Amino acid sequence: MPNATYIALIPLLPLAGFLMLGIFGRKYFKNTSGVIGAALLLISTVLALYTAYGYFFEYGKVDGVYQKLVPLKYTWLQFSENVSIDMGIIIDPVSVMMLVVVTFVSLMVHIYSLGYMKGDERFPTYYAFLGLFTFSMLGLVVSSNIFQIYIFWELVGVSSFLLIGYYYDKPSAVAACKKAFIVTRFADVGFLIGILILAFHSGTLDFNTLITTLTSPETEGYKSAAAASFMGVSALTWGLALVFVGGAGKSAMFPLHIWLPDAMEGPTPVSALIHAATMVVAGVFLVARLFPVFAISSPNALTMVGYVGAISALIAAIIACTQTDIKRVLAYSTMSQIGYMMFALGVSKYGGEEGLGYTASMFHLFTHAMFKALLFLGAGAVIHYIHSNEMKDMGGLRKYLPVTHITFLIACLAIAGVPPFAGFFSKEEILLAAYEHNTAIYWIALITSGLTAFYMFRLYFNIFWNAPSPLERAGGEVHGEHHGEGGFVMMMPLVLLAVGAAGAGFIPFGHFISSDGKQLNTEFHLQFSIAPVALGLAGIFIAMWMYKKQNNRPDKIAASLSSLYKAAYHKFYIDEIYTFITQKIIFNLIGRPAAWFDKNVVDGMINATGNGTKDISESIKGLQSGKVQSYAIYFLAGVIGLALLFIYWWT
Amino acid sequence: MNLSLLILIPLLTAAAVLLMRNAAQVRWVSLLGASAQLVLAFVLLFLFNQQRAAGNTAQMLFETQYNWFPSWNISFHLGVDGISVAMILLTAFVVIAGVLVSWNVTKMTKEFYFLLILLSMGAYGFFISLDLFILFFFLEIAVIPKYLLIGIWGSGKKEYAANKLALMLMGGSALVLVGLLGIYFSGKEHSFDLMKLAALNIPLQIQMICFPLLFAGFGVFTALFPLHTWVPDGHSSAPTAGSMFLAGISMKLGGYGCLRVATFLMPEGAKEYANIIIILSVIAILYGAFATMMQKDLKYINAYSSVSHCGFVLLGIGMLTKTSMTGAVMQMVSHGLMTALFFAVIGMIYERTHTRQVSEMGGLLKRMPFIGTVLFIVGLCSLGLPGLSGFVAEMTVFMGSWQHPDTFRRIATILACLSIVVTAVYILRAITKTAMGPLKEGFELLTDATWNEKLAALILIAGIIAIGIAPFWLNDLIAPGAEVIMQKLAIPK
Repeated sequence: MPNATYIALIPLLPLAGFLMLGIFGRKYFKNTSGVIGAALLLISTVLALYTAYGYFFEYGKVDGVYQKLVPLKYTWLQFSENVSIDMGIIIDPVSVMMLVVVTFVSLMVHIYSLGYMKGDERFPTYYAFLGLFTFSMLGLVVSSNIFQIYIFWELVGVSSFLLIGYYYDKPSAVAACKKAFIVTRFADVGFLIGILILAFHSGTLDFNTLITTLTSPETEGYKSAAAASFMGVSALTWGLALVFVGGAGKSAMFPLHIWLPDAMEGPTPVSALIHAATMVVAGVFLVARLFPVFAISSPNALTMVGYVGAISALIAAIIACTQTDIKRVLAYSTMSQIGYMMFALGVSKYGGEEGLGYTASMFHLFTHAMFKALLFLGAGAVIHYIHSNEMKDMGGLRKYLPVTHITFLIACLAIAGVPPFAGFFSKEEILLAAYEHNTAIYWIALITSGLTAFYMFRLYFNIFWNAPSPLERAGGEVHGEHHGEGGFVMMMPLVLLAVGAAGAGFIPFGHFISSDGKQLNTEFHLQFSIAPVALGLAGIFIAMWMYKKQNNRPDKIAASLSSLYKAAYHKFYIDEIYTFITQKIIFNLIGRPAAWFDKNVVDGMINATGNGTKDISESIKGLQSGKVQSYAIYFLAGVIGLALLFIYWWT
Repeated sequence: MNLSLLILIPLLTAAAVLLMRNAAQVRWVSLLGASAQLVLAFVLLFLFNQQRAAGNTAQMLFETQYNWFPSWNISFHLGVDGISVAMILLTAFVVIAGVLVSWNVTKMTKEFYFLLILLSMGAYGFFISLDLFILFFFLEIAVIPKYLLIGIWGSGKKEYAANKLALMLMGGSALVLVGLLGIYFSGKEHSFDLMKLAALNIPLQIQMICFPLLFAGFGVFTALFPLHTWVPDGHSSAPTAGSMFLAGISMKLGGYGCLRVATFLMPEGAKEYANIIIILSVIAILYGAFATMMQKDLKYINAYSSVSHCGFVLLGIGMLTKTSMTGAVMQMVSHGLMTALFFAVIGMIYERTHTRQVSEMGGLLKRMPFIGTVLFIVGLCSLGLPGLSGFVAEMTVFMGSWQHPDTFRRIATILACLSIVVTAVYILRAITKTAMGPLKEGFELLTDATWNEKLAALILIAGIIAIGIAPFWLNDLIAPGAEVIMQKLAIPK
């Protein structure tokens, strides 16, 4: 059986780091906070690997099926007899894999940042925030309760907010962190309402019970969820679709992706950790966690997941071809790859061979974490060296950054799907799953894989080949005493991740992770791989033809595709549409009138009551003047009046 | 434990304050008194939990009763349940923080602290009264000092604000008084005693008249739409501690009254008017949030956001489920702590920058890391970040509201849920503009918080985190109290 204490320590150690460095870091750990953070995370990583080994090879499998174990559960907030938020740990193949991915990539980023962030004024704060993020992300992946996952979901959101806005005196960073938080918050409302719906019908918030209830047609919960309908769609589908909205926000799926490119304002190692390898795949993880419910009880919701993923993959890949900021290219590439994982889930079915998409999605999540973190860290080394994010400032850097060059090339080959690098295997499985279940999505995926190879190698050739580097142009004297590649602490993570990006594909993933926990044997089909690999190679050669040496071909092609190029360059004007909706409609048509109404109408009525009272008393106050003469006159007038009245009556 | 201590200690402190000779003595005596209140509140919590653990299931614990005005059947009847204990804890936290942040008040220090302490006495008295007459008496004690606090120590349009606040709250009190008299004369045996009245079951037609009177009357205190307009003006003109007490304690008197007096005594009335309460509270939640979005002054931002947040209290009550009512009380505690902290930190910023306009600030985090961090914490609490108290309270209200399967309440809940986005928009706008960005010119020499300010902030943050990380203790405290009210609601006519 798993040891709950060890597993609980995996998230708690980074939390301890956050508290220690956040409270005392500025005073006592000015220079040592990086080492402390990295050391704590090293322990977490070892524990995660230990847990993974134990689960996959020792106790996880019972009768050939990987079990869902809950070694730890505390009631956190009791709503009613059966409904409560519990803080617990669930151990199943997906969560164990995520534990390994998150701790490993986070450890790499912790180590890399020792060099990258060296000398930064808020060094302890940076490591405190990294610790907070790692804790939240680990808490998210082991959540045993759907509300627990929501809690950690919000916490990763705020860590991401804090880290994007890390350079807080830069207005663009402030705007980006705000945007990221608000867009994902908007999506989270969907998630929240989805939880409310699912919890109401299943009568529980516990993942295992909820999944069991909502996948067995004979239960009361399933019946009520399937019977209740709103606008012709069953409550169950509504609930799942709304939960998916939350996932789409976090995973930057179209049309909720607009925050991700801007999030690149954060420090580059942060982009590698949060906005490439871990947090942005939370949406995929969420769908995977609820996968049985999606696949068995609501195929419609799952189809939606598939199409949203496929569209996102294609659109992001097109935009990535035109961007010039290297981190933004990587951001769109991330969105595109997550789209792959999403639609892989979308085309999958539950159980057996039909569940190939599920395995493929998780496989791609794993390999993508390796090569995308590597790409970002490599880009970080380039930015560190050249002090710019723009492609036009780069070129010919292969001589100056040899380690970065080789590892970056490996990552590019992996993401382009060139055998035998990791991306090839996972993408192949995804394409196969799509081919078997949904032809439209298969074709989108195929085109996207060609585009992927093209934009990645456009990036690669622009950074490392193309024009002579600015150093050479300036006679090699740009950096008086330039700092090379950043030393051992920055190179070691690159090399380790490169090993992962090159070799992770050989892991027989189906043996460990499948939709129903049973072993899935994935076969390799040579004839099927011809098309995607050929397209990938074509993309690479076109990129080489256009960008390896300086020439005017890219401009000519851009000109010949002018309107499409322009639209893609401007990210299809989606940001502008959002600005229009938020500024023009919400601020001007709702916010401003509400404030005006409150000040003038509601408060006006209250003031009018007050003023009215005052006016009335003002007009009658003369009666109480205190002057004896006036009173005498009133008295006299009264007497005369009464006398006249009596006379009138009696006569 | 003798509950009279909760009234006696503030009373003695107030008397001692009057006897002091200089400002320093006044401050320390007040701090001592406030600390004694806090200790007492914790002792009460401990003893209360001990009694409950020992199996004492009486609705009210520590009851004491003295005859006060026998011919009118008025008695000095005190007692607490979990809801009252939660409110008493909240009051003690806000009072000590308010005393600490007022350390620099130089104008008529003695009178200032005297009024603060007097106000706290009114609040404690209100939360422990089981006799409606006494309850009303303490409600008034909690109102009058505010008029003076704003009128004398306030800023801006203070006379206007003080008048408006006092008149509107007095208007609310008048409605309450009429409602209470209606209840008093309803039975054969005229009584103000809460427990007796609860057992009697007030006749239906009386409930139909008195429930709206009482609910609206108490509603004025807790910013029931459209009777909320004293909130922005009152808060923004009040001195820092005044705003803290006003939002942290006074607005809670209303919520508590709505629950304890109106809903508990008149369940049929509550059922009848529930839909109206839900509509008004959803309006307050959304409309308050949208109005906040357009505010430029930090105090106005927090005041309007209080309207929105207090809407959750009324929504929780209007939904009439055990979970939603528990959530309503949690929201009162959470909002009390959070908003007191927010006003405290706004006061700290104002003392240094001499402005409250968001557009005139920027980069404060650079010069004032402590204050900037507190601003972040309180902002994140306001927008409902897990780990801080706001999240727990709001989620409990949502979960409780969703227990009704009818479309009307579903839509109301969804609309209320949408407010969490709007809240994020205005809070992030406020905190990023003030704390982040480049440092504004002229702010280079600003200093960070002093010891008393740090202590005040840390006390309130401790409360916020204690609820946010471990909500079960608060839930266990409140839920049985809500359960009793629910049982009363469940009895058929």
